[in-house]
Amino acid sequence: MALSNEQLERYSRHIILSEVGAKGQKKILDSKVLIIGAGGLGAPAALYLAAAGVGTIGIADADEVDLSNLQRQVIHTTPDVGKAKVLSAQETMNAINPQITVNTYRQFVDASNIMDLIADYDFILDGTDNFPAKFLINDACVLAKKPFSHAGIIRFKGQLMTYVPDKGPCYRCVFREPPPPDAVPTCRQAGVIGAMGGVIGSLQAMEAIKYIIGKGDLLTGYLLTYDALKMDFRKVKLPKVSNCAVCGDSPSILKPFDYEQAVCKV
Amino acid sequence: MKLTVTGNVKEYADGLTVAKLIELEKVETPLYVTVSINDEFIASGTFEETVLHEGDIVEFLYFMGGGQR
Repeated sequence: MALSNEQLERYSRHIILSEVGAKGQKKILDSKVLIIGAGGLGAPAALYLAAAGVGTIGIADADEVDLSNLQRQVIHTTPDVGKAKVLSAQETMNAINPQITVNTYRQFVDASNIMDLIADYDFILDGTDNFPAKFLINDACVLAKKPFSHAGIIRFKGQLMTYVPDKGPCYRCVFREPPPPDAVPTCRQAGVIGAMGGVIGSLQAMEAIKYIIGKGDLLTGYLLTYDALKMDFRKVKLPKVSNCAVCGDSPSILKPFDYEQAVCKV
Repeated sequence: MKLTVTGNVKEYADGLTVAKLIELEKVETPLYVTVSINDEFIASGTFEETVLHEGDIVEFLYFMGGGQR
């Protein structure tokens, strides 16, 4: 289907790019991206993906908007406090771009529902705050052969990597298994600078767009780390691990499972 | 000997182990860091016995949560 005049105008700054063009913009309009976690990472990613015209955006989060979220979760506004994050996010995305479909999943993502959840999507974005969820998303995406972007942020630091099926290491290749509860500080305990979510979440959106249009090099086989205080971006090469429990040659993980959720002691 | 540690070339004592380097570099979560030497991960139980050599390129990779809440 040809782009409408309204679409030609709305996406003109994309279409003028030789790497995108009308062809690439149509790919974006036809794409489906799932964002797990409507928080510090998911918020900016959702804004850019909605604005870009990603045709179907799924957003999963069980929480409500809290006043302490607003310092970084830029998709939610002060009147949204107390509202389900997925609804607040949906309203903002549709206000930016009424042409896209936003599917909301107001639920915790766990082993019982993740395979169904990711099945319909082309690319998954991990915007979760805890390690059990990050390993669950990794395992499910590896098993379902779905590309996804992992990211984490804390204090003045952030990192991300992109997994593409059959091409490169997965999150479990690097980190094996979650650390024990409270062994590693979380944002709630340690704090995070708000703009860090903007930097890293926007990079996740950029990876999704590049994957969709099929242009450029993805962060596959690399972990990008960002230290804001040192103003240092580094790409660290990641070897693929042949004995990885989920993506290795003889995997022991054959279906997704839940690790015990860490209870935050504040 | 010279090592490249997280992108910086520095002088270290010969015979340095990964465990000692983790201590020298004040790695924040020494028990839960992933270490690569020359683009190969080293097993987490072997930091004490793994000796570094001139020219080795060492990276520390950290668990990072954050995002949702």
